[in-house]
Parts: sequence; structure tokens; C-alpha cells
Amino acid sequence: MNDKLVHLMADLKEKETIALVKELIKEGTDPTEILDATRAAMDLVGKRFEKEEYFIPDLVMAGEIMKGISEIVKPLLKKGAASIKKGKVLIGTVAGDIHDIGKDIVTFMLDVSGYDVLDLGIDVPVSTFVEKTREFQPRVVGLSGFLTLAFDSMKKTVEALEEAGLRNHVKVMIGGGQIDDEVRRYVRADAYGKDAVAAVNLCRQWIGG
Amino acid sequence: MKEDAAELYRQREKRVNDAIALKVPDRVPIEVLFGFFPAKYSGMTIEEVMYDPDRLFDAQLKVLLEFQPDMDQAPFAIRFLGPLLEALDFKQLKWPGHGMTTDHTYQFVEGEYMAADEYDHFLLDPSDFMVRKYWPRVCGNLKGLEKLAPLRGVITYYMGFNLSIAPFSLPEVAEALAAMQKAGAEAARIAAHSRRYTQKAREEGFPMQTGAFTQAPFDTLGDFFRGTKGLMLDMYRRPDKVIKACEKLLPIMFETAINATRMSGNPRVFIPIHKGLDGFMSKEQFKRFFWPTLQELMQGLIKEGCNPCPLWEGDCTSRLPIIKDIPAGKACYAFEATDMFKAKEILGETVCIRGNVPLSLLIAGTIEDVKACCKKLIDVCGRGGGFIMDSATGLDDAKPENVKAMFEFTREYGVY
Repeated sequence: MNDKLVHLMADLKEKETIALVKELIKEGTDPTEILDATRAAMDLVGKRFEKEEYFIPDLVMAGEIMKGISEIVKPLLKKGAASIKKGKVLIGTVAGDIHDIGKDIVTFMLDVSGYDVLDLGIDVPVSTFVEKTREFQPRVVGLSGFLTLAFDSMKKTVEALEEAGLRNHVKVMIGGGQIDDEVRRYVRADAYGKDAVAAVNLCRQWIGG
Repeated sequence: MKEDAAELYRQREKRVNDAIALKVPDRVPIEVLFGFFPAKYSGMTIEEVMYDPDRLFDAQLKVLLEFQPDMDQAPFAIRFLGPLLEALDFKQLKWPGHGMTTDHTYQFVEGEYMAADEYDHFLLDPSDFMVRKYWPRVCGNLKGLEKLAPLRGVITYYMGFNLSIAPFSLPEVAEALAAMQKAGAEAARIAAHSRRYTQKAREEGFPMQTGAFTQAPFDTLGDFFRGTKGLMLDMYRRPDKVIKACEKLLPIMFETAINATRMSGNPRVFIPIHKGLDGFMSKEQFKRFFWPTLQELMQGLIKEGCNPCPLWEGDCTSRLPIIKDIPAGKACYAFEATDMFKAKEILGETVCIRGNVPLSLLIAGTIEDVKACCKKLIDVCGRGGGFIMDSATGLDDAKPENVKAMFEFTREYGVY
């Protein structure tokens, strides 16, 4: 593990991190080793976020650095070298709501934490959640919403999963804007998370990894 | 105006002004942002609200008279938007018939409407950037304005006119100007409805909450130009440009507010706060990027005799010690998810606080839950004045019986 790379990235030194990655590639370092280091860095970033040393802009910046590294490293990876995923998570912003900043951060954090995430996007109809839950067979369904109209969309989505006989196969987590435990009860979700790291922790608890 | 209405108007204004001045009013004032609640209460769809100003007028008046808040808001400038948005072919909102179904509220479309490498243009001449770059991007019908030359070019003696004015002869520009005229007429209609409503509310004895609107410069930059993500990354990649842009925006945001207060004769200035909340940046970033220009904006407004009324959206609990630094008894801070009891403790001697019955409670809770929440707010935050009861955010989807409980309980229990 390249400690220097881990720390440069965890400290969000974008230019230095990218420069080091290029240098390592030139020296013939195994690209999977570089990816391992970026994952270790993301672990550190997540820990700092939990300790409230880092905030959303830091997660976003870390995501950008990760993207920059992937663009350099991915073409060099051997086919089939993709790492084994820990479990499937389906996520989307519920019907009528087009907000995506929070959902995108959750998707990103779940992805770098090793989960296989299918992001259905924004304003996702109830029927699409049901259909995709059936097809994709996730262990966890994440419903995101910023506006108060999302409460009812979430409730309807959960009810539709029940009617389709899928509710017992998945855990449902909700989050965003006005969401709190009161809303969780109303929606009959299994949990609500206040931020992206809470979402990752819920998945760890439910799926493991 | 009926005499008793005039007296009620005076009492209500004094009640709120006393709270803002940190004096003890006769009772805890109550004000809300009704949002789309009046429409739902009158059985109107969101689409009808956005296109039918007469029914909107009646729906708003109905909730005003039934719930009797101490102050109201004319809803037209933020609700009756359909015809104006169509005249512009506005891209930054989705609304019923334009990307949303008839019964979903309009929503903002985030994006980088100003690219990272356009800061210098913006800093050189923000108006020029707005007219030739920004408007054509956010308004489909103003696309032709991108053909214009910088108007500042006329500075170069007579010949300057040739270069700067010639593009006005282009058909694309003429089309854009025609669209602007049409949009201008729609905007004037909105203003006329607002004046009519304000007058009617006055006759019924209700003042308006605010008479002007502005924003923290950082929010304007993030909301409308760079997008949340773009601006977050700019704090790392080009921090000096962010600060310069906020400083450039400061006098513009100040001027907008002052002009509006002079027109309305109402000194209270609404300032929704979007991007400075806990979690959206570190305390150091807040102190460096967000607070300085907002503080200066509010101080400037206070110097001109205005009352800045920011709505601190989200949770801003960690910001309380920082935002305390403002002249006492002049501003009113509304909070959405901030810990109100900490706010009272930290800001009690400095700023009137307003809030924050959660919408989760108003939608999914019982009448008893709502009353218990109001009781605690009045007991703790209401102590010694300096507090206005409000819901955490716009009432949109709240249950009417819960809203009624919030109003009635506050009026009864909130008497000093």
C-alpha cells in the first residue's frame, strides 16, 4: 500500500495526488495497487466525515479526485479484474422530486465502499422501484427526497413493495431534506439516515462488509 | 380601512416589531410561509396556482382570514409564475406542464450555468455576463442576446456606437427583445396582483412579513451560476475567485434589497440561506467564504434602517456563535432544523429567533404532538420576548388540523 498516495488523497491534495498517480504508473506500479490505495484513502475520508472533521464539500472533492484517478487507471486494468462487490443497493429520488445532490453523494459513498449500486435517478415512479427491485434483487432500497411531497411518494413506494410481495426481501432506508424518524414511521421504512456515511453504515449493518 | 382593521394592523405590526427589537410583546407572534398550502386548502392544483391569479388571490385570502397569522406574504411573485416563465422559456425551473405533473410543486434545475473559466468575465462586468451569457442559457427565448456585443463598448467615443449597437439589427436579437417585452408585461401583471393583494390584506388588518428579497452573495453564486457541486469544488480549486465573486455580488445584493424596501415601504428583507448550513462546509470555510459578505450585507441593511430576516435553511446549530456577530435587536433569524433552544441560549440577547415546528410533525404527527412542540418552543424560546412562532419551512403539504392547532395554541398559550 502506498501510504503517501493514501494520505495525499485523504488530505484532498488534488494536483499532488494526480501527479503521484501518473508517476507511479510510469514506474510500472500495478494499477490495482493504486486503486487499493484510493479505497484506503476514501475510508479515511469517511472516518473524518464521521468525526465531523470533513463535510460534504470534502466528500465531493474526494469524489472528483477519485474520478481523476479512475480515468488514468481504469484503461490499464485487465478485464475481469473488477473487485467483488459486497451486496446490491437500489437507490433513487422518489416520484415528484427532482433533487439529486444528496442521493448522488450517497450513491458515490456506497459505490466506493464496495456495494453494487443501481441508481434509478430522480422523479422515479413507484412502479419503477417495484420493477427494478424485482429485476435487480437488491438487499437494500434507498429512497431519497428533499421536498415534503416526498413523504407520500415514499409511503406509496413502500406500500407497492409490500403489495408486490417484495418488502420482506429488502431493507428500506430513507433520507434527505425534512426526513426524520417521524417520517420513517409514517413511511414504514426500516431506517432513516442523516447523511451518506449513515447510509453506508446501515448497509454494513444489514448486508455486512 | 375599517377602524378596527386599522387598529389590528397596528397591533400586529407592533407585536412583530417588538419581538424583533427583543422587547416583550403582548403575546408570541406567529407567522408562516404558507407555500402551496392555500392552494391545496382550496382544492386547486399547483398548475392552477401558477396560471390563475384570481383563484390564487382568493385561496391566499381564505387562509389569511381563517388562520390569522400576524403577518402575511403576497404569493404572486413566487407562485403565479406560469405565463412569465413561458414568455421566457425559462430553463432553471420545472413546473406543471413543463417537466412536472399538474400537482407537483415547481422545482429548481441545478447546473453549472456559469463555467469555471468564466469567473473573469463575471468579475469584469457582471451585467454583461448576465445579459450575453447567462440569460441566453437560462431563457430559451433570450438566446438571441448571445449575439450582442458588450454594451460597455460605447465608451469609445462616437465610433463605439457602431460596434456596440450594430448587433441590435440582427433578427435573433430582435426576437429576444420581443420576448423580453412580453415577459416584461407578464412581470408587471405579477406586480399588480401583489399590490392588489397587499392592499386587500391591509384593509383586513394584516401587514406583510417582508417588503424585499435578497440573498447571501455565496448563495447567489452557488444557486444560480456555479451550482452546488461546482461551487463546492471551487472552494478548493479557485478559492480567491470565489471570494472576489462574492465581493462583486455584495453591492448588487444590497442595492436589490434597498430598492425594493423603498418601493414597498416595508423595511423587512427576506434572505433565504441555502449553502452555509452545517455539513455543507466546514466552520473555517463558513468563516472564509460565506459569512463575511452576508454579514456586511446585513450590517449595511441595518444601517439603512432595515431588518434583515434570513431564513437559515437546514441545521445551522454550529454556526450560531459566528452569526451572533450583528447589531442587537435589528434582525430576525428564522431557523429550519437548527436547535432552537441552543439558538435562544446563544442569540437570545442579540437576535429575535423564529421557528420551527417540523413539517414532519405538521404532516405526519397528531394535534397533540404539534401542541407539545409549540408549548416547549414558547416556554423556552419565548421567555422574555424575541421569539416568533413559525413552522420549520413552507407549509405546502401540512395537515390543516395540525396547522390550526399550531395557530390556536400559540394565540392562547403565547400570551405574555
